[in-house]
Amino acid sequence: MSPAIGATLDRVDGRAKVTGAARYSAEVNLPDLTHAVLVGAQVPSGRIIGIDCRDAMVADGVIAVLTHLDLPRIAAQPKLFPGLAGLIAHGQSFFPMQDDVVHYAGQPVAVVVADTLERAEHAATLVRVSYAETPSLTLLDAGRDRAYEPEKIFGGLVPGRNPPRGDPEAALRDAEVTLDLTYRFEVNHHNPIEASTTTAVWDDVDRLTLYDATQGPKATQLSVAELLGLPPTDVRVVSHYVGGSFGSKALIWPHVTVAALAARVVGRPVRLALSREQEFHSCGHREEQEQRIRLGAGRDGRLTAFTHDKISLTSHFDDWAEMSLESAAVTYACPNYAGGYRLVRGNIITPTFTRAPGEATGMFALESAMDELAYAVGLDPLELRLRNHADVDPETGKPWSSKGLKECYQRGAQLFGWADRDPRPGVRRDGQWLVGTGVATAAYPVAAPISPQRARARMYGDGSSVVEAGISEFGTGALTAMTQVAADALGLPVDRVRFVGGSSDLPNIAAAVGSAGAGATSAAVHLACTQLRDQLIGQAVADQGSPLHGADPAEVVVRDGRLCRRDRPEVGETYHQLLDRNHMPDVEAIGTWMPVSPMTSDHAMHTFGAQFAEVAVDADLGRIQVRRLVGVFAPGRVLNRRTAHSQLMGGMLWGVGQALLEATRMDPHTGRYANQNLADYLVPTNADVPDVVVDMIEVPDAVVNPLGVKGVGEIGIVGVSAAIANAIHHATGRRIRKLPILLEDLL
Amino acid sequence: MRPLRYSRVADVATAVGTVAADPASTFLAGGTTEVDLQRSYVSPARRLVDINDLPLHQVEELPGGGVRIGALARMSEVAQALPIRRRFPVISQALLLGASPQLRNMASMGGNLMQRVRCGYFRDVAAPCNRREPGTGCSAVHGINRGHAILGTSERCIATHPSDVAVALVALDAVVLTQGPGGAGRIGVDDFFPLPGDTPEREHPTAHGELVVAIEVPPNPMATRSLYLKVRDRESYEFALASAAVAVSLDGQTIGDVRLALGGVATKPWRAHRAEAVLRGAPATVETFTAAAAEELADAVGYGMNDFKIELARRTIVRALRMVLGDPQIHDGTAPGMLSGDGGGTS
Repeated sequence: MSPAIGATLDRVDGRAKVTGAARYSAEVNLPDLTHAVLVGAQVPSGRIIGIDCRDAMVADGVIAVLTHLDLPRIAAQPKLFPGLAGLIAHGQSFFPMQDDVVHYAGQPVAVVVADTLERAEHAATLVRVSYAETPSLTLLDAGRDRAYEPEKIFGGLVPGRNPPRGDPEAALRDAEVTLDLTYRFEVNHHNPIEASTTTAVWDDVDRLTLYDATQGPKATQLSVAELLGLPPTDVRVVSHYVGGSFGSKALIWPHVTVAALAARVVGRPVRLALSREQEFHSCGHREEQEQRIRLGAGRDGRLTAFTHDKISLTSHFDDWAEMSLESAAVTYACPNYAGGYRLVRGNIITPTFTRAPGEATGMFALESAMDELAYAVGLDPLELRLRNHADVDPETGKPWSSKGLKECYQRGAQLFGWADRDPRPGVRRDGQWLVGTGVATAAYPVAAPISPQRARARMYGDGSSVVEAGISEFGTGALTAMTQVAADALGLPVDRVRFVGGSSDLPNIAAAVGSAGAGATSAAVHLACTQLRDQLIGQAVADQGSPLHGADPAEVVVRDGRLCRRDRPEVGETYHQLLDRNHMPDVEAIGTWMPVSPMTSDHAMHTFGAQFAEVAVDADLGRIQVRRLVGVFAPGRVLNRRTAHSQLMGGMLWGVGQALLEATRMDPHTGRYANQNLADYLVPTNADVPDVVVDMIEVPDAVVNPLGVKGVGEIGIVGVSAAIANAIHHATGRRIRKLPILLEDLL
Repeated sequence: MRPLRYSRVADVATAVGTVAADPASTFLAGGTTEVDLQRSYVSPARRLVDINDLPLHQVEELPGGGVRIGALARMSEVAQALPIRRRFPVISQALLLGASPQLRNMASMGGNLMQRVRCGYFRDVAAPCNRREPGTGCSAVHGINRGHAILGTSERCIATHPSDVAVALVALDAVVLTQGPGGAGRIGVDDFFPLPGDTPEREHPTAHGELVVAIEVPPNPMATRSLYLKVRDRESYEFALASAAVAVSLDGQTIGDVRLALGGVATKPWRAHRAEAVLRGAPATVETFTAAAAEELADAVGYGMNDFKIELARRTIVRALRMVLGDPQIHDGTAPGMLSGDGGGTS
């Protein structure tokens, strides 16, 4: 039996998804179901001085209209905390409808419950709210004079300044070549195809079940239980299928608890589905930001100094900045470094994780700057990167747990045809198109939860197995990959294993965020399954009725559901024979993995890759065509080459969107976004998608987790926008230091 | 969604009579605009009269070389209709570059002409908008206006007219045929789209209950050499930042006659009369095209984010003329081979 891990196993849920049999959170049908619709504040700042719900209350089908005057109070003030911890994971330190203050446009000020969605939507428009508006700040530039240096960001987990190295200011003064560059980024929204939805139902013993679109059922359970003042035993979360997330469902936002509160008030199940427009102000976003990079280098291109400073807009309640500096800080060997965050408070919801949260912007800035450095010193951009390769972690001096970056450069260059690139910008023409190529490094930290990760494996008497862990399947292919992990550990063919996730009743797994899901879940599943296998081997060698009686357990292997001696494979029996003889209907084992902390590890842990892009720019009209992308990544062990390929390609296409299209535009006069829909917030269509080549370098890693899995969810987008911007420079000679890059930037 | 009434009618007279009798009603064809506007509470209509059963689906050749397009013919059907492809490639191309395949299969030609503007403030009932609520002001003039117009604007409204095919129809002097409470009407397509001026809420010179029943495109031999060029942020499902419909005849190296209209830059499908005057009888050179483009954009006004459209529109005109005349240095990828695809291809 060949190993299942690494094979291109078809998605175990593929049929259910394409036939519509898969049920998402908004498709759970319950008796007496009602529908809740939120009413959002139409001003960005002020106080509510009146709410007239009379018309809404008498509209057809309306059951309840709740406002800050009558929505039940929450039991605890939420505090932002990243979901990776595996603990309570609120998206922001604010819960609406507890008082009359409006902090941001779209903040829920009322919730209407009716018997149908259409009636609830209609009644929501009949709620008349009057405001005493106060001055608001919704753009970074408007608040620069009020910028501050936060002590900590990221829910208090990360210092506001990165650990410095050496003396960067002195090194900049002494450098033979210096660059001082500033990069601007517009707001981005995740826009998964499934908007966030929660269906809440209280049973007759006052236990709450939430069918929730979430990256982590456990995170939803703990967070909602805290706000309701309930023990976790009284809150159960079910999340079998989630229609994409990209960070918007990583943390738990207020609407989930509002659904539970509304269901309690009306005494019936409540479904609360955010509209597409509400998605733009209900689940965070990638914040508006600016990054300044200064590089100092010798004429040989070797970096001597690197500073990286970010200023960004956050909410009034949280010091949030996506971590844009961390990967950039360790990508190249550079002895002198400093980096830090500054924040401006504005009338917005707290920003949040957005795919490649921080690295997607931080590496755009660094990799754009590195391209400028390559031209400043007259080196091929790839050679410059090789020359500055970080053989060890430049921050700590620790060796990497695994790296593979040079192999990614080499393989990518070969697939792309990088060799003999003419460095001159603006000289290649194809009709009216100017053509150029660009390269960038991708880097993303290997993150891990800080709590124990668990899975349970159960073998039935017939030798089939169910393996469970409380993950959600939000499109990554986790159910499929974990089936493969379990099959290999148990020594079963994949069709004898069923992997089950999607419920907080199952063994604890932290929310799958920061590319950590595959590593954490595979570790727990692998441990549970090997433990169960070893338990059964132990039983067989102790069983006088077994042909394996008396064998050394270390010399017993399992292949295709049959235990046998390694040296004499003909001696053995099947799981079924063993269990049947002993009258055992099933056997279970729990696997517990305590993740390695990057702080205490002897190794630095990071994932790397290389991105290449070919871009054509219409010389007269400024139109930008991405013609080819090549991405090569070293994500440790690959659990399923097909689903990994899909995630990496999806990430790269996210990079195309970030580079050329995605921008949520704030109108400072209204304090609201002006393009809160998918017709005006542009993402790439199939027609925009170029030829994309994805390859993976499998690097063994004995440190990060038992199977050496570093994850593929985030790394795919990192560096794509820089490779595209660098290719635009190569095509046209123009440096565009902002995202997205638009046609008018090139006219 | 607001409670509304719905009925389905089978003949034009009943359709017109039903809507004319009820000020709160409107026609429903493909629904690709109206249903959106209902759901976002922008449309005031409380009653939708479904006209999809009316016998207005045909595309017919007219004696002399013109074409009559039934108002309920779908965009995708018209784009593929042989008389359109043979005689008026610019219409076919404009249709295929519009919207998305799904929308083109639903949207009707009459509905295309009647579609409302895509200005974000028009579609946001919380924002002031003179077009939606006369007298409340224009949020776009000092707002997010990257997609807005630079020609034909007024301080009351700067919303761009969104249609692609209407640009081609304006270039070809098409006629809109209507049936209303007062009888049949024929309106030149240029007149069908008044400038916003002081009354942006008045979008067409038609009476309530007056139904577009057909579009007639008069014969035009030079239209066999015609083209629609659309410049936009992405390659499908996106409105034009600038577009040009052009048809031309050559007299040796001199431009004989020409039709030119612009989209994406004006408050109506914009017939470029001033550029046409420069082009007619002039040598078919880039210098002529550039002079014509400059003349057409001489009075253009930018509003900040959309300032770039003035230069973009000039360059789009020059490019479209070079393309339609087969400049060998241009291979744009938008014209040949496009008819079999979905219009989304990049090359």
